[in-house]
Amino acid sequence: MDPVIELDALEVRFGGRPILKKLSAALIGRSIGLLGPNGAGKSTLLNTLLGFHRPYSGTARIFGMDVRTHARRVRELVGYMPENDAFIAAMSGVRFVRLMAELAGLPPEQALERAHEALFYVGLGEVRYRPMGTYSLGMKQAAKMAQAIAHGPKLLLLDEPTNGLDPPARARMIQLIREIRDRGDLRLIVSSHLLRDVEECCDEALILKDGEIAAYCNLEEERRSNLRFLEIEARGEKREAFLAALRELGCETAPGAQGRTKLVLPSQMEIRNVYESAAEHEVELRRLNHKRDSLEDIFLKAMETADGRL
Amino acid sequence: MAVYKKTYRPYDGPLTPAWRRVAVIPRYAFDDLRRSRFLSLFFLASFIYPVICTLLIYVQHNASALELLNIRNASQLISINATFFLSLLGWQSVMALFLAAFVGPGQISPDLVNNGLSLYLARPFTRLEYAAGKASVLVVLMSLMTWVPGLLLFGLQGYLEGSGWAGANIRFAAGLFFGAWVWILLLSALALAVSAWVKWKPVAGALLFVIFFVSAAFGTAMNAVQRSNWGYLADISYLVGSVWVRLFEGGARTTSGAVFFRVPIGAELPLWQCCAVLILLFALCLYLLARRIRGVEVAR
Repeated sequence: MDPVIELDALEVRFGGRPILKKLSAALIGRSIGLLGPNGAGKSTLLNTLLGFHRPYSGTARIFGMDVRTHARRVRELVGYMPENDAFIAAMSGVRFVRLMAELAGLPPEQALERAHEALFYVGLGEVRYRPMGTYSLGMKQAAKMAQAIAHGPKLLLLDEPTNGLDPPARARMIQLIREIRDRGDLRLIVSSHLLRDVEECCDEALILKDGEIAAYCNLEEERRSNLRFLEIEARGEKREAFLAALRELGCETAPGAQGRTKLVLPSQMEIRNVYESAAEHEVELRRLNHKRDSLEDIFLKAMETADGRL
Repeated sequence: MAVYKKTYRPYDGPLTPAWRRVAVIPRYAFDDLRRSRFLSLFFLASFIYPVICTLLIYVQHNASALELLNIRNASQLISINATFFLSLLGWQSVMALFLAAFVGPGQISPDLVNNGLSLYLARPFTRLEYAAGKASVLVVLMSLMTWVPGLLLFGLQGYLEGSGWAGANIRFAAGLFFGAWVWILLLSALALAVSAWVKWKPVAGALLFVIFFVSAAFGTAMNAVQRSNWGYLADISYLVGSVWVRLFEGGARTTSGAVFFRVPIGAELPLWQCCAVLILLFALCLYLLARRIRGVEVAR
């Protein structure tokens, strides 16, 4: 796949203070998560890609086009959902989304049709004629999503898309993002400080810290490699013999929390072999989990300073 | 595609050319204004004075109409001269000020209140195009109120008078056109700048009047205290009036400006100084606009 975003020694300064420090990366994933603590530079990077901030030095390219010299063309291809509230209170949802679609270049009739579709798609079909000032927070988030996709962008920039949403609304938003991602018609950049959001929506993660790239990883590969990591909870008199048998089969074992055991399976071994060994030793397997905190591990490792503190 | 299918689909239809997108903002703004009954009535009412002027021109050339009422020498009662057109421009410009106070504050502030501006500027759309789109609403409406009826009346008078009247008095047409544009550009820039900085619409509207009338009062007070004419440099109506008088009458002035845009005879300031202050004020408004029309606010 061609890179969606290329950063080449990109530096952004505010009042002489560097906010993004010589970022260089080629982001190629279908859905890329931008992770980092508050103030890491995630929103600044998105705003620079949109042309809101002028790079102090270096370049940023979207689909091979420099965001400074081809700003208009780049913006035609991009849908943007900002972090904060962004709406016009007196406008109805459908008029607002239509206006945004027309500004993106759609003719009025197509813009109206797409506005209705987008609002139904994000679940605002029944309230699309209400003034946006009367929308709840979740509705406003959904409306922001609708205006971002109405003109059919090639790249969707989502800045904290689950900001302020309650759990059901968050689940709906995540589901929506995953559906859009899985259609494969567009590429996604999801900026979030929530690991779970990125883990559920993205296949790559760019982790920023203090304006620098702390890590860039392919979550799919991480997930695949994590299939070899297991955590089990075994009960029975022959528990130690069972673990010894696993070691003989080539497993690495290590004690985990609350009496659990961490296993790393060798490539030729299947989970089925673990169950068979447990049955042979009359051991109960109360719990068997794939290790699920891979992104958290990567994030924490990226956040560690030289002296080991976060 | 039917909306009930509720799936996302990419758009592969036609796109409008860039120049047509600038017209999207005024189109939506005019649609909003059209829904306001008060503004529609006010806009219609603003044509009362031009209609009266039309009648005056008609009567001046149709003395028989007044002779029916036993009024003798009717043609000498009404003079279609610089004062006539200056008064028209003055009245219509005051109406334009009211219009700017009603319409102007609603242009930019609603986009700023809830950060809607970032969505505009995330489109293939520049800050300049955004400001031009917003300003065009005021420019079109104020043009329809000022120089358009003015030039129509000039044309009517020239047609009825005949014998080269229009050619001999082309200065009136130029004065109407350029004089109105000076006022329209200044007022549009002021209205948008106020709209960008004052989010509460009634306050923003009131502030326009305050700028206009308080500057006049301040200028007069300065003159009284300092016993000079330099206070007029703070009086927007005087500055605009000075430009108008020069445009209408050149160096040989016979009038003291227009209604609300008075330039007392004997109290003139050099024209270049008046122009310089107006340009400075216009530039200040543009600077204030540029400070506010941004995709994102940066806390430095």
